[in-house]
Amino acid sequence: MDHIVDARGLSCPQPVILTMKTIKETNSNEITVLVDTDTSKENVIRAALFKGWKSEKVQEVDDGYEIILRKDK
Amino acid sequence: MKNVLSTKKGIIGVGAIIGVLASLLQFWGNPANMGICVACFVRDITGALGLHRAGVVQYMRPEIIGFVLGSFIAAYAFKEFKSRLGSAPIVRFILGFFAMIGALIFLGCPWRAILRLAGGDLNSIFGLLGLTGGIWIGTIFLEKGYNLGSSHKTYTSVALIFPIIMLGMLIIMLFNPAVADESKSGVLFYSIEGPGSMRAPLLISLGIGLVIGALAQRSRFCTMGAIRDLILFKQTHLFVGLVSMAITAFITNLILRQFNLGFENQPVAHTMHIWNFGGMVLAGLAFTLAGGCPGRQLFLSGEGDGDAAVFVIGMVVGAGFAHNFGLASSGAGATAAGITALYIGLLSCGLIGFTMKENM
Repeated sequence: MDHIVDARGLSCPQPVILTMKTIKETNSNEITVLVDTDTSKENVIRAALFKGWKSEKVQEVDDGYEIILRKDK
Repeated sequence: MKNVLSTKKGIIGVGAIIGVLASLLQFWGNPANMGICVACFVRDITGALGLHRAGVVQYMRPEIIGFVLGSFIAAYAFKEFKSRLGSAPIVRFILGFFAMIGALIFLGCPWRAILRLAGGDLNSIFGLLGLTGGIWIGTIFLEKGYNLGSSHKTYTSVALIFPIIMLGMLIIMLFNPAVADESKSGVLFYSIEGPGSMRAPLLISLGIGLVIGALAQRSRFCTMGAIRDLILFKQTHLFVGLVSMAITAFITNLILRQFNLGFENQPVAHTMHIWNFGGMVLAGLAFTLAGGCPGRQLFLSGEGDGDAAVFVIGMVVGAGFAHNFGLASSGAGATAAGITALYIGLLSCGLIGFTMKENM
């Protein structure tokens, strides 16, 4: 099972769609999402929160962000 | 740093400010129920450059210049200015083209659809229903895996091209200012009658454009995204911004006595409900496939998205075609040629949605 969503370079709303799809399909409680814009970062975190997932850690990585999403079991 | 404007309160505030400023622009001289219309104003700019010769809709609208430059300044100040391109530019061009054709059949983009309703123009309800229908079709494509692919990072100078073009337009305008009762000043065309002749003072239009450009860049305000996210994700975040804009525009119109309820004799509008609906189905579908309303495409162009800039250029060419070939509606209604173009646009967007997808 792949728990990394690489949404770098994708325009709205693809990063959210991919994150939602992974949230739906995964049986893990942690997902890493890579995005390249602040808008995508905000959208992914907001959508995840809406599904009960929290952004555990957000860090800048070469010209983008790595977002670690976690769901408390 | 926390981006206050992208919170729920932030987007509500930005929507509210846009609603008030749009109504005020009408009070200060812009056409009725058209304080801001991204499609109409891009079309007016196309006319000002002589790329179409419909004499009543030619003016270098400073609001549009302000939208791009305001977004550029905000993005730059908050370190969000990023040069990127390469996500199916020709497709985005075609989507911009047909979005404009659809919007000009209705006579307004989603921004103006809201402002028309806030001014009492009930014809706009059919436009908004069409818009929602078009967006709904778009979300089906999105759910089936429609995706224009990734953009990539590129040279900073690439991202500066569109803001520089807009700055150039402003300079051209300052050197070729409007002359009373003259339809041409230097290289620019100016309407002396019709909607193009109705304009708020240049500095007010530019100033408001800059403010909205900056606020919208920070808040990610998007009229299409508002409805799309509601349908696709059941999320109301952007939608509350749109509602907020409608409410404050409505209240401001009441205060300024700009509210006039009804279907008949509405300014720059027609009563052919089916084409008001149909035009906006096309526009809504094209915006959804391109990932943003026409305002959002301008803001993205300002923050360095070269693909959004290509969409805007598609709108310019669409506006040229719409008026050179009689596709745009008028107060008398939609045209036969416009309806043919509508079918071609729906077919084209449908093919784009069907064929450009990854297996999910």
